[in-house]
Amino acid sequence: MQVNFGVRHGIGEAGRSRDDKAFRYAARGRAMPASALATDVGEMKPAPFDYLAATSASEAAEALAAANGDGKIIAGGQSLMPMINFRLVKPAILIDINRIAGLDRIEKHGERLRIGATVRHRMTATDALVHRHIPILHDAMHHVAHLTVRNRGTFCGSVCHADPAAEMPMMTLLLNGTIAALSIRGERQIAASDFFVGSLMTSLEPDEFVTSIEIDTLPLDTGWGFEEFSRRHGDFALACVATTLRIVDGVARDVRFGMMGVGETPLRLPEIEARIEGQAISQALLQDVTEALKGLLHPNTDIHASADYRRHLAGTLARRALRDAWRRATLRKDAADA
Amino acid sequence: MPEKKITLSVSVNGVVHTATVEPRMLLSDFLRHALGLTGTHVGCEHGVCGACTVLLDGRSARSCLMLAVQAEGAEIETVEGQGSVDRLGRIQEAFRQHHALQCGFCTPGFIMAITDMLRHHPLETDDQIREALSGNICRCTGYEHIVNAVRELAKERGPLT
Repeated sequence: MQVNFGVRHGIGEAGRSRDDKAFRYAARGRAMPASALATDVGEMKPAPFDYLAATSASEAAEALAAANGDGKIIAGGQSLMPMINFRLVKPAILIDINRIAGLDRIEKHGERLRIGATVRHRMTATDALVHRHIPILHDAMHHVAHLTVRNRGTFCGSVCHADPAAEMPMMTLLLNGTIAALSIRGERQIAASDFFVGSLMTSLEPDEFVTSIEIDTLPLDTGWGFEEFSRRHGDFALACVATTLRIVDGVARDVRFGMMGVGETPLRLPEIEARIEGQAISQALLQDVTEALKGLLHPNTDIHASADYRRHLAGTLARRALRDAWRRATLRKDAADA
Repeated sequence: MPEKKITLSVSVNGVVHTATVEPRMLLSDFLRHALGLTGTHVGCEHGVCGACTVLLDGRSARSCLMLAVQAEGAEIETVEGQGSVDRLGRIQEAFRQHHALQCGFCTPGFIMAITDMLRHHPLETDDQIREALSGNICRCTGYEHIVNAVRELAKERGPLT
């Protein structure tokens, strides 16, 4: 099991403010001498670590094994670097996988899409295969952080970080994802349903790292709804619903219903899926789903929202998302029939 | 304590620098402390405020969420490459005209993020402009004047081809 947050490492020891050499020199009316370059720049935020820019997956796996549990893989770094800057994570060695060739691709294999470990959010957001075959993922990308973070952050990294209020872990669960984990012991395929163990916790072993994730593509007549509520655009969600369905003979089929922000992990809710499967979306059904959600969800109360408010949000977002999914499925079915 | 120093070569505003640094040195600290390019500001140092935004191979990136050693072989652009006090860059000039800054602390990050936006993003509506700007925090202006400046720049640029 891999824990991503200050458990093995003590909290505290945040970096002290450091000397700004250039400023001190400038204040004395002097240019900074060349000898001052990069030799001693005072305190730094992160604790010391070694660094390896791996050039192959096997090199990265070997370095991770050699680190004996004290190594960390870095790709986009948009979740890991804040924790390193706070010294919540103090790896002995940071293994950079950005220079490994071939990990930056999105490929379609049969009915599945394989997303490599260094595929940036920006690539997923603009990829034509994603847009055509998994439009709900295309929509979800707009909710992922901000432009600058999407330039650098990766799909797989977000899944590994396993924030219970992040979009990509939930999407991986919704799309029956399979996580490919590599170590010197070989490659292991982990089902998304076995991957998310708790808040910021996954079933990755300390010597394993993710090389790619495979997710379902959706039949073209699939409708979808994605509803997220956060305090500000790009913030983590207070609650979010993602759902897909098809309409066959006037009723919903292949229903998927996922949520996040309302538990310790992203959720897939088979009880809700079963209630909708074989039904037409109606006011009564939506009310039924809302009531059922109240009993199924056990969200936290925290500084951002109370558990009651999150439960209320869940119902509202579920109704909106299911209406959207039904409407889109109708449109896409009509388009396919025409 | 481990930590072998690493020599890196990086182009900053078209000038190639070679330096030997500790792996843990952030790109933001490298720019400011090793190169003396203090135009890149450091606010939150955990990727929230956007003040440290630079361009990495033409795309905006938080320099506080990157290690200097990761920039090996990359092309970095900072606000120093945009213009000077005597000769403002186009985005800087638009900020001046529209009063899009007050204290100026967040401005370098905004300027660099907007450089990326103007190159790659549609910015046809205020909603798009505001969404694109949402990763940068300004505590003075209330954003209104920044949006005005970007709207003018986007209009001047025309639609993306």
